[in-house]
Amino acid sequence: MDAPRPRYVASPRRVREDRRFAAGQGRFVADIALPGMRHVALVACPHAAARIVAIDKAAALALPGVRCVIDGHDLAAATQPLPNGLDTPRVRRWPLAVGAARYCGEWVVAVVADTRAIAEDAAELVAVDYDPLAFVLDAEEAIGPRGPIVHPAHGSNVLLDRRFAFGNVDRDFARSTHRTAFRLRWGRSAALPIETFGVVASHDPWRGVLDLWASAQAPRHAEEVARILGLPSLGVRVHNSVDVGGGFGGKRGLKHAVLVGYLARLLGDPVRLVEDRLENMRGGDAHGPERIFDVEVAFDDSGVIAAMKMRAIDNVGAYAGPAALQLGAPIGAIVGPYRIASVLYHAIAVTTNKTPQESMRGAGQAPTNYAIERAIDEVAARLGLDRVGVRQRNLIAAEEFPHTIASGTTYDSGDYHAVIEKVLARANYPRLIAERDQLRAQGLLAGIGIAAVLAPGGGNFAHGPLLNPAMTTTTFMESCRVVIDAAGGVVATIHAGSAGQGHETLVATIVGKVLEIDPDAVQIARPDSIAALPSDGAVGSRMAIMLGGAAAQAARMLRAKLVAIGAHVLDTPPERTAYQSGVVYDAKAPQRRLIWQDLVQIAHRNYFRLPPGFEPGLAASHVMQVPAGGKLPTGDGRVQMDPCFSFEFHLLLLTVDPDLGRPEFRQWFVGHDCGTVINPMIVRGMTLGGIAQGIGAALFEELTHDAQGRPATASLADYVLPSARDVPQIEILRHVTRSPLTAFGQKGAGASGYLGAPAAISGAVNDALRPLGSAVNRLPMKMSALGDLIAVAREKAGAKPGGAA
Amino acid sequence: MRVELTINGAARALDVEPRMTLVDCLRDVLGLTGTHVGCEHGACGACTVLVDGVPARACLMFAVQAEGYAITTIEGLTHTRGALSPLQDAFCATHAMQCGFCTPAMILTAHALLAENPAPTRAQIVAAISGVICRCTGYAQIVEAIALAAERARAPAPGTR
Repeated sequence: MDAPRPRYVASPRRVREDRRFAAGQGRFVADIALPGMRHVALVACPHAAARIVAIDKAAALALPGVRCVIDGHDLAAATQPLPNGLDTPRVRRWPLAVGAARYCGEWVVAVVADTRAIAEDAAELVAVDYDPLAFVLDAEEAIGPRGPIVHPAHGSNVLLDRRFAFGNVDRDFARSTHRTAFRLRWGRSAALPIETFGVVASHDPWRGVLDLWASAQAPRHAEEVARILGLPSLGVRVHNSVDVGGGFGGKRGLKHAVLVGYLARLLGDPVRLVEDRLENMRGGDAHGPERIFDVEVAFDDSGVIAAMKMRAIDNVGAYAGPAALQLGAPIGAIVGPYRIASVLYHAIAVTTNKTPQESMRGAGQAPTNYAIERAIDEVAARLGLDRVGVRQRNLIAAEEFPHTIASGTTYDSGDYHAVIEKVLARANYPRLIAERDQLRAQGLLAGIGIAAVLAPGGGNFAHGPLLNPAMTTTTFMESCRVVIDAAGGVVATIHAGSAGQGHETLVATIVGKVLEIDPDAVQIARPDSIAALPSDGAVGSRMAIMLGGAAAQAARMLRAKLVAIGAHVLDTPPERTAYQSGVVYDAKAPQRRLIWQDLVQIAHRNYFRLPPGFEPGLAASHVMQVPAGGKLPTGDGRVQMDPCFSFEFHLLLLTVDPDLGRPEFRQWFVGHDCGTVINPMIVRGMTLGGIAQGIGAALFEELTHDAQGRPATASLADYVLPSARDVPQIEILRHVTRSPLTAFGQKGAGASGYLGAPAAISGAVNDALRPLGSAVNRLPMKMSALGDLIAVAREKAGAKPGGAA
Repeated sequence: MRVELTINGAARALDVEPRMTLVDCLRDVLGLTGTHVGCEHGACGACTVLVDGVPARACLMFAVQAEGYAITTIEGLTHTRGALSPLQDAFCATHAMQCGFCTPAMILTAHALLAENPAPTRAQIVAAISGVICRCTGYAQIVEAIALAAERARAPAPGTR
């Protein structure tokens, strides 16, 4: 019994989900058509802020095929308000505006008809009389003296204003020779999956259950919908088997589910709402962070940073959903991979008349990383030092792990120096610099971008209790049940929805690894929410850690059961009883053995052969607590935010066309360490996809408004997503520093690439502009703005456009 | 309005509203849900089908305009239940997808490219798929899948379909 054991984990096995998707046989929410299903269309407010004076539904109701027309008063009378993330009880929101609308695109009326086309026709016949109100779009204006108040009942546009002092910032600033301060802006972009949000609801009064099929990745969706609709807690059943067409944190859709659930109960018919792209972009309430950073760092002559002050103002939009908590999440990696001893972090959430946000990939860490990395570049520029060298001087060293940073979070493991060395060697850093200089000599604007950033993973939801004292959540669970049936088949369960992360492959691979059986033989089931074990869902780069961890533990429990049965039947002491590939045997006499079918037969059929009191059948479940989690934040805000910290280092060379302002990537290397990789193809794809999203955030994507507060980017023609032409060839260099906290040493990869790419691109563009004496202090850096900036700089320098710089 | 369409080689006689788009007709009338709707204004390419072998956005075409053309959807590439075409298999070999929402459009677009150009360069592959937006993958593994399918078609490896 000494055959080599199969690896499975970390081998490039095919992703089992791909077969159905490649065949066009995914089952997305819009593919679900129930008999007698009705369709919703929405009437949205055309003003940035308006009092709703009157609504005339008569013409809409008169249209044949229309089933009902409801407004915010109808809905509010029957439901609880949607939950706030922050402690702002007077900021109340319902799926349809009640009395007043606070952003352009906010839903005011819902129309239900036999087809979506009829519903849209009817929505055009609804006459709403609006009284436009003063509005504010800019966060700083909103907190200034003249800003109109978005929620008069709340009394101010400040939803959160909290200072966190970690370490002795004043002392460290006083002792430092140098300091530099700067301001940055992270423009409002969005996760924007290609599938919009959709939900189908069907009410069964005989069983007392409201069934929901939703393209949702929301934690605890069923419980939330039930609570808001006033139904018993298990009166809502979410079907987790729906394939979700991309999520990236933003696929929540609680307001959609509440509205459609209410309508399905009202009408007694199944009801479907699938957002069109306009609804998705202006009224889907899933925009990403929009931040202003004011950063100051104190450092010595060698570029070692002692302390940092960071103020982050987030324009959260018209309502304070859970997304506002993203201002707190980066506290868990507020110093990045660096040894910065003290930090003052000032978080301000501001409400304005813009579309509300939803949580997004990295939970605010990508903007924060952009600010931290800019600080390093500024220090290097001030001292005339190499930017890589300054980073290396500030890094936490491999021997310092586990390492507790000033904000109280302990980083699990890392070897940042090794990852950077790997990239520098592969890229040949001196030659890259020479290449940049050569390009400059040819008259091009060329720059090198560098980013060394952390990607926290594991998702503890500690930012909830940190920013909202009303929350006491100190666990964020994930579960798995593994069963071997009476015929010897193995099935493992997933209790959340998936949006392309390959969770079925993850679980099958891990169960295969632990039981030493072919992962392809492991069946995967997704119980609905009523049948499910506890799950907090696929958010926070946590499923490899948490679902993978739960699957590993459940499989190990089953393996231990098989060994116990074998030891009893073979009458061998436990320490002499061995397991390999489904066979239990006496290690001293391997011919004495029980094969898989024997063990299954005994467990399922021969109770008399089982150890006394042994549980028959072969089933094991594990509900996993987040490693290193479980504690509330301290009074001064020190907290363990996530358990695991992945690292990525970007090194890239780009040129900016001096006449057009068009950036072009020449070379891009990434060193990536997310611990043990369960499936290399999945992690590579996620990282490259994250980089593509980072390219979008850095160069193209911004949700903007016109002077009247109407969205100027309300289609994919105005809001440009990166295409295949915009993403260069990127070489990823793998490094593995195992996490001591997880089943196989794995860490999170869900936001990889996205957390470093914007910072690196910004650094490269600014390096390219440096010879002109220009800098860009905001993202996205649109081609048009870069072109204008270059033209102005050259005009000042007296150079002719088109000539050599 | 009466219309006769040829979908995946089969003639289908239907009654549709003149304003119904081809993609709505495929999905809602014919139940061919492998064609996806991403933006309904021709920007994302998720609804791409082949019209006489050429990629076209099914959201920018009315069903009644499709009469007289051979329409191919993703369902038309799978000839045997449970067996993928060589191109679909290549997409699985490189994990050229994540959520699977743009995948049918990508595969149909690649199918058309390879029918016309059996040995495309990387730049040609990139140009061909640049009209279909993928939000998950960053495209590299899609480009690799198409190159792999082309390579396999030239020299079929043993054991592949």
